[in-house]
Amino acid sequence: MLQIKDLHVTVDGKEILKGLSLDIGDGEVHAIMGPNGSGKSTLSYVLAGREGYEVTGGTVRYRDQDLFTLNAEERAREGVFLAFQYPVEIPGVPTATFLKTAVNAVRRHRGEAELDAMDFLKFVRARAKELEIGDDMIKRFLNVGFSGGEKKRAEILQMALLEPTLMVLDETDSGLDIDALRIVSEGINRMRGPDRSTLMITHYQRLLNYVVPDHVHVMAGGRIVRSGGKELALELEEKGYADIASAA
Amino acid sequence: MTNRPEGLRARYLAAFPKTLDALPGAELGWLRSLRESALARFADLDLPEPRVEDWKYTNLRPLKASDLAVPANDSASADAPSGLPRFGDGARLVFVNGRLDAAASSPALPAGARLLSLGAALAETPDLLESDLGRLVPWQGEGVLALNTAFMRDGYVLAIDPGVEIETPIEIVFHGGAASHAAWHVRNVIRLGEGARATVIESHVGAPDAAYFSNPVTEIFAGPSSALRHYRIQDESIKAQHLAHVAAELAEKADMESFVLTLGAALSRNEIRVAIEGHHVECKLNGIYLQRGTQHSDNTTVIDHKVGDGRADEVYKGVLDDRASGVFQGRFIVREDAQKTDANQQSRAILLSPKARADAKPELEIFADDVKCSHGATIGELDEEPLFYLRARGIDTDTARALLVEAFLRDAIEKITCEPVREAFGKRVEDWIRAEKEGS
Repeated sequence: MLQIKDLHVTVDGKEILKGLSLDIGDGEVHAIMGPNGSGKSTLSYVLAGREGYEVTGGTVRYRDQDLFTLNAEERAREGVFLAFQYPVEIPGVPTATFLKTAVNAVRRHRGEAELDAMDFLKFVRARAKELEIGDDMIKRFLNVGFSGGEKKRAEILQMALLEPTLMVLDETDSGLDIDALRIVSEGINRMRGPDRSTLMITHYQRLLNYVVPDHVHVMAGGRIVRSGGKELALELEEKGYADIASAA
Repeated sequence: MTNRPEGLRARYLAAFPKTLDALPGAELGWLRSLRESALARFADLDLPEPRVEDWKYTNLRPLKASDLAVPANDSASADAPSGLPRFGDGARLVFVNGRLDAAASSPALPAGARLLSLGAALAETPDLLESDLGRLVPWQGEGVLALNTAFMRDGYVLAIDPGVEIETPIEIVFHGGAASHAAWHVRNVIRLGEGARATVIESHVGAPDAAYFSNPVTEIFAGPSSALRHYRIQDESIKAQHLAHVAAELAEKADMESFVLTLGAALSRNEIRVAIEGHHVECKLNGIYLQRGTQHSDNTTVIDHKVGDGRADEVYKGVLDDRASGVFQGRFIVREDAQKTDANQQSRAILLSPKARADAKPELEIFADDVKCSHGATIGELDEEPLFYLRARGIDTDTARALLVEAFLRDAIEKITCEPVREAFGKRVEDWIRAEKEGS
């Protein structure tokens, strides 16, 4: 699904990723954990195609193509989905209009028929219900006036509608209370499948109790310093990042 | 020939004696002397130079040097083309090249309200205009207004008796025909009696590529507790010059809502000056300007609070692409006696191209101490963050930009309280954005 080899990335002249390598197979769930400033969010933005991140070395292959030949919208249509740590509020853009535009852009790319207003509404309502998102949220402007938990649920809704093949979740658990964490986790788990891979970026272990990873990686100083199974997350929780990072 | 040595002013001065007798109300002594005084002022002032503070950002030199013909000394009127804007089934006047096209017009209004051309009003009820015509526009101090006052002819006169409410919007169309290089100096008068209500929609349109100078000046007298909604769409030919001036006087508890949608013209200016003469007045001046290519548009407003308890709200939003330029100048004057005035002004412009330019000049002149006044002006590009967010969901850059531009303009459009106008103007904004997307 995704092969990252010796990736070096510079932001504003400062090297943030310093030779990161990671291999994610089909259907696998990987978690990257690490202290603040280790480069976790940079990795998620580079994968999603945000401008301002200069790749100075290494390669990223996604489903047997060079990811860097695709721009942000092409990556999204090819199935890369980034759930943002801080979803952007866009006053004046109705959530429903945004969702329909995005879903149909992706469907067009896949050679599927665009959904008309009625079919789209049915589709959204079914997925929204699973995430306990009401019609009122869909009628509002995109993310405007949403609570932290609502924003994260809205991200998962977008993911459920766009049906990506690679889900990159950037600190999706931050700012969630226990109920919202459960709803969001169930939303992610519903999406898991043999053809869909997941990369969870998180500071804390608690999300991993709900969405159990196959592999856990520790990131520090712009590279992966240790990898292991799900038990590594528990060890991190116990010992903290300092020990792990310095032992590496 | 694009630069006649004598310039526009000399040609106007030379034409005046020959034109005077053909202008409406030529037999009225007071009007002749008003025109003559105005011409003398124009002879001194000429069209304003950029060194005049109010005209700092809008340069009329190309207009002054142009080969525009001065208003013709004839009464012939061209026929209105089909497909002119229509918003409903209300009373309507159509002007072609500054002349009333009676055949295309349907001025009938319910009892207590009259809609007619300035020429007809001067012929039928000159006394009603004598004390007011020219009173609100400061023609003594400004060349464009002096020129208009000297040469003014057919615009519309709308007079509504006290207590009469006209529900259906009244529509006025000014069409610039294919006859190029012409100029017209339209004068409109709106007078609302106490408690009268009306909605007026002006469409300023032109034949594609027609090069003309449209100079409509409107004087609005809003009586106590009257309500006027004054909507304008400026979609002149891309080669036209459009210099519009609205001067309004609002009596106690009068309510005025103005919206200007600027799309067309090579160069345009919409100037609105409101004098608040009574307590508890509501004044809302809003607008959107969308310009591309080398278009230039200027929105200049002055709200003069002479007495207290008034509310003023302004929202102007602009989107500028290519090498287009936009100007917003908004001045609030709050005089010593205008206590408890509440005035808010917001102007925002988005530049879609590195060569587009916007200038904003908010000015507050406050002489009263118990007032609430605020203003905010921003000029910038589309934010990168929301753009990336939309693209990260598979939406292509052009569509994402169009969504964000539409979102930026949405709250201004929603200021329009008359639903068919809000929908029609909203549609025109969408069309402009769509053309933008396809053109890029």
